[in-house]
Amino acid sequence: MDDHAPLRPLPLRPLHLELGARLVPFAGWEMPVHYPAGVMAEHLATRARACLFDVSHMGQVVLRPRGAMADLLAGLEALTPADLLSLPPGRQRYALLTTGQGGIRDDLMVSHKDDHLLLVVNASNAEGDVAHLSDRLGGQVEPVAGRALLALQGPGAQAALAPLLPGAAAMRFMDALTLDWRGAAVWASRSGYTGEDGWELSLPADAARPFAEALLARGVEPAGLGARDSLRLEAGLPLHGQDIDVTTSPVEAGLSFAVGRARRESRPGFPGAARILRELRDGPARLRVGLRPEGRAPMRAGTALLADGPAGAVTSGGFGPSVGAPVAMGYLPPALAAAGTALWGEVRGKPLPVVVAPLPFVPHAYRRGTP
Amino acid sequence: MKFTEDHEWLRVEDDVVVIGITDHAAKELGDIVFVELPPVETQLAKGDEAVVIESVKAASDILAPVDGEVVEVNAALADKPGLVNADPQGAGWMFKVKVDDPSVVDAFMDEDEYLESIA
Repeated sequence: MDDHAPLRPLPLRPLHLELGARLVPFAGWEMPVHYPAGVMAEHLATRARACLFDVSHMGQVVLRPRGAMADLLAGLEALTPADLLSLPPGRQRYALLTTGQGGIRDDLMVSHKDDHLLLVVNASNAEGDVAHLSDRLGGQVEPVAGRALLALQGPGAQAALAPLLPGAAAMRFMDALTLDWRGAAVWASRSGYTGEDGWELSLPADAARPFAEALLARGVEPAGLGARDSLRLEAGLPLHGQDIDVTTSPVEAGLSFAVGRARRESRPGFPGAARILRELRDGPARLRVGLRPEGRAPMRAGTALLADGPAGAVTSGGFGPSVGAPVAMGYLPPALAAAGTALWGEVRGKPLPVVVAPLPFVPHAYRRGTP
Repeated sequence: MKFTEDHEWLRVEDDVVVIGITDHAAKELGDIVFVELPPVETQLAKGDEAVVIESVKAASDILAPVDGEVVEVNAALADKPGLVNADPQGAGWMFKVKVDDPSVVDAFMDEDEYLESIA
């Protein structure tokens, strides 16, 4: 990415400024990192009540079949180890775009929208993903323009959203439907990146402001990228470019659930299958783990992890407001990856004690099954 | 109270200088979650890294604004780093250094000059 390119403003930029947001550059966009309440309060408000995050920087891509949907799903399966042929209409699935060497090019959500697919990809990879998808799927790939993407997250999300979108309350975790709000098509999925119940809501940019204001009027609080990062860290969710990248495999990253069972047996034709299937069989050389520093000093990305010698590194770390202590994730060899393993993290030249911990740090509160 | 360009404040108590960060700095750093203070008896030279402040956003270094020996640190910050946000220019003080000549602080900005510098 060109660091000197002008930042792209979010459609809701004026609202963010009115709400007192601090705007920072992120992945080429000018993004609210926090509002006057601050990262800690926004994080805790999301766990306790409901917050609204503007994630319009994420790439939204429609895949519209030139023929049968089954052919489009099979075409996309050629780029990912996800089992997509079994994805039913109205459902969403987490998927990885893998490299020929078994690394992770990007992670994304795939929604089956009856007559097309909707993908949500990471902002920093969006351009590359579209090119990569187009190589395989050609003119079926349509980057979405003119839409905002809002994430409403927290235990109060349903109570806030149901009056606006009556169809939302009946959705289960990872349902994906198009709902109507005052004539605007809202692409709703019951999912998110915080570990809490909630929705991601794509809607036309001109409808986004009144929609956001309607949620704020119902007591939903604005939250920025800072809280989104600490929430996803506590939820054990990896960030592409930080915890996962083209060098890490799905098995190393603890994302083997994104390698569909059918893809391991009857339909193994996906990029990097040789490495990924071998690691599923024989085990990987390293594993993504949770880490709990014993003191109060956060261990941030890049912190070296030491056992008898160098053992690995932290890939994400900071303070977990809901945990009330520092939390981190990183990679370690399998022999050191069991929960409870005591190690050292080198912070400012000093080895500080850290213990391997299960992920997530805060239990997921997804609404699975019947709402 | 005097102020530095690095957003520290200094208050003279006899031959000891009390040092902390300004309201403005605390607000900019955001929620502070950890403060690493220097051991008592550390000999600091002006410009030495004296304190590391970890906020929810990032780690920041506080440099010693004057030469001197650390004679006391704010032990309350170990359990309550949020005191720095709540009362940065009072209960959120960080460390005290004994200086040879307290007049060294005279060269720093007064409050009006500092507030003007950040306006």
